Amino acid sequence: MPVRHPGRWLAVAVLAVLAAMFVHLLVTNDAFDWAFMVDNMFRPPIIEGLLRGTVLMTVSAMLIGVTVGVVIAVMRLSDNPILRGVAWLYTWFFRAVPRLVLLAVFGNIGILWSRVEFGVPFDTQLGQLFGIDNLHLRLFGFSSRDILTGFMAGLLGLALSEAAYMAEIVRAGIQSVDGGQTEAAQALGLSRGQTLRRVVLPQAMRVIIPPTGNETIAMLKDTSLLLYVPVSVELFFQLDAVGKRTFQIFPMYVAACLWYLFLTSILLVGQYFLERHFGKGHGTAGRARLRLRGMTAETGGGGNSGMVGPS
Amino acid sequence: MTELIVPAQTGAPAAESGLMVRAEQVHKAFGPLEVLKGIDLEVRAGEVCCLLGPSGSGKSTFLRCINHLEKINAGRIWVDGDLIGYRERGGKLHELREKEVAAQRRSIGMVFQRFNLFPHMTALQNVIEAPVLLGRDRKASARERGAALLERVGLGDKLGAYPGQLSGGQQQRVAIARALAMQPKLMLFDEPTSALDPELVGEVLDVMKDLARDGMTMIVVTHEIGFAREVGDSLVFMDGGVVVESGAPREVIANPRHDRTKAFLAKVL
Repeated sequence: MPVRHPGRWLAVAVLAVLAAMFVHLLVTNDAFDWAFMVDNMFRPPIIEGLLRGTVLMTVSAMLIGVTVGVVIAVMRLSDNPILRGVAWLYTWFFRAVPRLVLLAVFGNIGILWSRVEFGVPFDTQLGQLFGIDNLHLRLFGFSSRDILTGFMAGLLGLALSEAAYMAEIVRAGIQSVDGGQTEAAQALGLSRGQTLRRVVLPQAMRVIIPPTGNETIAMLKDTSLLLYVPVSVELFFQLDAVGKRTFQIFPMYVAACLWYLFLTSILLVGQYFLERHFGKGHGTAGRARLRLRGMTAETGGGGNSGMVGPS
Repeated sequence: MTELIVPAQTGAPAAESGLMVRAEQVHKAFGPLEVLKGIDLEVRAGEVCCLLGPSGSGKSTFLRCINHLEKINAGRIWVDGDLIGYRERGGKLHELREKEVAAQRRSIGMVFQRFNLFPHMTALQNVIEAPVLLGRDRKASARERGAALLERVGLGDKLGAYPGQLSGGQQQRVAIARALAMQPKLMLFDEPTSALDPELVGEVLDVMKDLARDGMTMIVVTHEIGFAREVGDSLVFMDGGVVVESGAPREVIANPRHDRTKAFLAKVL
């Protein structure tokens, strides 16, 4: 006798009805105005916003974030108490301040300095000590308005905040590698840097990649916060602007959902291949991946979007 | 940098006397716990020295001091005439820099109880990683030598296998090949068969016997009395952080002089 699953059939029936209702809504409700949406969601300013403000920003912020994050993680695990302290302070600050607030702060940092200059610190004060007035020992400088454009300010805010999250992810990854691995590498005569690069980090990657994928997806979505810098060459800003100008708000919001769904799906494919690459040598990868998925669902992107809220 | 103040050097640690390892009053404590309470040991070049003793006797810790995986609190260890981990200047010991310690370790191979193979690399990659990375060998010739080493430990057909696809005994043999790839003067074995299923112990011991026959200097922490008796040139019995007795393995195993040695041997034989 085959096993019967009446519950499953009931569930299928319920879902079928719900799906039919949803399709009915999409087709019959005029507020969607699909024709308008399709006509407008590919306009040049929107595509430019998508490429620069969303894609380029995500890639740049993640590159800087991962790099700085690895450095902070290594500092955090160092024997040197000063490095450990600095790393802790960094992580504490950038995880405590919401991304939205951080972006507003970086967007307005030009209020503090009209020029950003590099040279001897406290030069005027030192000059005063030796009786020289207005001593300026500066090598080069930029006007804040030139260097801290909306894009740069937004990039700085997103990248520095990302580095704090990545530092914690990388630290967890490094700590997940068995101590025997470091000992074996040291016993062979590898230096600390070689041990980290060749033995520890490649193994830590298996733990680091899945939450980093989540972070990248969260970053992609958080680029919509650039509105608060403000950065106008950005996907959601542009879609929103079209909606407000034409009083066709809802189609443009649906377009935003579709664009973000599309971009996120591409990232998911990339994540799959990265995980497969770094799972090398782990025969039970399937089980391990299941376990990892469970872990990241609780830690990775979850804490992040929780802090930022409107992402 | 930690500095130890020690009495002026006594006796020559000279390599020409045929000594590969010489330890003098080695002390090691983990916090308040004193693990080694003044270990003296001499191992001649080409000799196989077996360290025996109950768990917690400090034998593994002592082994790890020989390649400076543990820093000693007092005393000295020389390997082939080189003071390990420190430089002596004006009666004071200065800790060597990380790079110098790493250089010293290159001539000392170590095999761990839990293999510690690099799981993300194949058997062959495990073996050639250090020689290639440290510029000892070009990749092509390292691969050739690595394959020959794996052949020697009976794994010529497992070059491309990842550690996770190998049995414990096979993994430990890869680990031995990995250590040998650096062409060490001395091999340290830290309970190399303790994590193995009983039927896999033999294959690892066979490789070690083969090494001993080839004249490799070896210090082996082990519970394999049979191996110690058959292959060992000297046996050192440790308990409570001190050397209780030492001598020719057959002698010590057949006629232990000390009560603690007797009690231990009665349990393991």
